[in-house]
Amino acid sequence: MDKKFNIGQKLVASPYIVWVAVFVVVPLLMVAYFAFFGDEGKFTLEYIKSVGQYSDIFIRSIWMAAVATIICLLISYPLAFILSRMSKKTQSTMLMIVMLPMWMNFLLRTYAWMTLLGNEGLINHLLGMIGLGPFKMLNTVGAVILGMIYNYLPYMILPLYSVMEKIDPSVLEAASDLGCNRIKAMFRVVVPLSIPGIMSGITMVFVPAISTFIISRMLGGGGNMLIGDLIEMQFLGNAYNPNLGAAISLVLMVIVLIIMAAMHQLDSSDDDRVLL
Amino acid sequence: MENVISLNDIVVSFDGETVLNNINLDIKDKEFVTLLGPSGCGKTTTLRIIGGFIQPDSGEVIFENKNITKLPPYRRNVNTVFQKYALFPHLNVFENVAFGLRVRKLPEKEINKAVAEMLELVNLKGFEERNVQNLSGGQQQRVAIARALVNKPKVLLLDEPLGALDLKLRKEMQTELKRIQQSLEITFIYVTHDQEEALTMSDTVVVMKDGSIQQIGRPVDIYNEPQNAFVADFIGESNIIDGIMLKDRLVAICGHEFECVDSGFDEKQPVDVVIRPEDITLTANADEKIHGVVRSVTFKGVHYEMVVDSSDFSWLVHSTKAPEVGSEVGILFGPDDIHIMNKMKG
Ligand SMILES: Nc1ncnc2c1ncn2[C@@H]1O[C@H](COP(=O)(O)OP(=O)(O)OP(=O)(O)O)[C@@H](O)[C@H]1O
Ligand SMILES: [Mg+2]
Repeated sequence: MDKKFNIGQKLVASPYIVWVAVFVVVPLLMVAYFAFFGDEGKFTLEYIKSVGQYSDIFIRSIWMAAVATIICLLISYPLAFILSRMSKKTQSTMLMIVMLPMWMNFLLRTYAWMTLLGNEGLINHLLGMIGLGPFKMLNTVGAVILGMIYNYLPYMILPLYSVMEKIDPSVLEAASDLGCNRIKAMFRVVVPLSIPGIMSGITMVFVPAISTFIISRMLGGGGNMLIGDLIEMQFLGNAYNPNLGAAISLVLMVIVLIIMAAMHQLDSSDDDRVLL
Repeated sequence: MENVISLNDIVVSFDGETVLNNINLDIKDKEFVTLLGPSGCGKTTTLRIIGGFIQPDSGEVIFENKNITKLPPYRRNVNTVFQKYALFPHLNVFENVAFGLRVRKLPEKEINKAVAEMLELVNLKGFEERNVQNLSGGQQQRVAIARALVNKPKVLLLDEPLGALDLKLRKEMQTELKRIQQSLEITFIYVTHDQEEALTMSDTVVVMKDGSIQQIGRPVDIYNEPQNAFVADFIGESNIIDGIMLKDRLVAICGHEFECVDSGFDEKQPVDVVIRPEDITLTANADEKIHGVVRSVTFKGVHYEMVVDSSDFSWLVHSTKAPEVGSEVGILFGPDDIHIMNKMKG
């Protein structure tokens, strides 16, 4: 196929190009400007350098987002597979159920967890009835990760489901015919065929999880600050310092890009050889 | 010879509809068995029962004297060439063929050797690295054959494995498959709806219709002694005429009496009379018992195919000589050419 676009295609694409320019490129340039130029408009690396002092927050954010992403993947993978093998009618009902929480406001959902996890919350109340607890659950690392998993799970299930749904049942029969039990068929056929879904699921969970600030604020108390909270503080909070905020955002973006690139590298390096 | 596989009273239904109706079939070791029948008659379903992909509603599958009815496919010493190939889209040709061997964790050297041999066999040498999705239908079909065969199973199930090939390659592969079957001494259960393929390749032909077995026999027997008009017609186009048995060895067709060789029917019993197109001789004498006008003549390569209209039947006739269209001819056949069959139910 020819890669050249004709005039008509260019015309059709032009509103989209304007959109990308206004809402993606311009903000990015502004962030970069704030990060590298101080109040007097002079170029400086000062802000970028001072990001280094927050490395512990960066590391905490990365590992918490990573844990949440991995748990999301482990929960979603079998779920999406079972879903994709159901009858078409059940599939659409189940998909509705998966997406149901997404129709509720994000804040509301997270508030709900606060009331569940609190020291006087529902879970501790129930545990108390059988003589256990109360346990401190709210304002812990675990609560933040739970909040991430809960909020972003559908973003893992949906891309996985959409690639798995395209796997022809006869291919699984062929695997079974050639000696694979269910588990072997899973690793030799389903996993390799669902790699695009795994990749986009990881991206769609990891990226929002690493930059969230509401979940950590509401479920993590003050002690589990994430990059998102740090950035928010520079723009809207007491620490007001947009230049530093921009610099942190930029570094975060670079880190995310590197992680994503590394992951895709991993994916294409073992292209059709299957481990196990 | 020992039976490798026996199907005993197999019944299968989907959504309340009976698809296999009491199938009984014994398959001997090293035999080439063909399931033959029109589309939808249950050939694929029968293979899937043997492969273990579906469970029968009732009945049992016996493999070397063991009941394997409940065994999953991966525990059966049987491999399948699927009707729709079902190749692994994420693997290249080599890895598709190697799949079963890798699952069995064979050493790399053995795998390379076996796969290379198989690809040579199915004429796909040099295609190792190709993506299976970019192959033609016929090439995919041959990968599917190699992928199943490389495991050297006790029994190989082949579901119309040559359906996507052109005539020449099809003939070549028929010979090749037959040779492989004999040299590897594998039992083949082969599905086709091409009667010529069934007759030329098989030791035993199983003719099916609407989920029931119509006849099981050697190709020659199926051809020469079809048990009913359906088999006769399916095995080769035939003239099927309503007749009435007058007494042993005498039948009435089209209001005339004919001598025949069949006996054992009731007196006055309505029967199907089957006369093969190649058994009919046309004469210039229009005073024969049955006579008619030649409606059409079609050249078929080796012979001509003619349709002759008599007063109550249109006759299909094959002959190397063709009279002119519109000419009056006599229709002749001998007692040996008349095959009497019980009327089919339904
Ligand atoms: N999974 C299924 N669900 C419902 N009906 C089915 C299913 N599989 C097969 N059938 C029905 O069972 C009947 C037999 O199907 P089968 O595939 O065995 O036919 P076949 O002889 O292989 O035909 P063909 O020559 O067209 O491949 C058909 O009427 C088909 O519609
Ligand atoms: Mg079929």
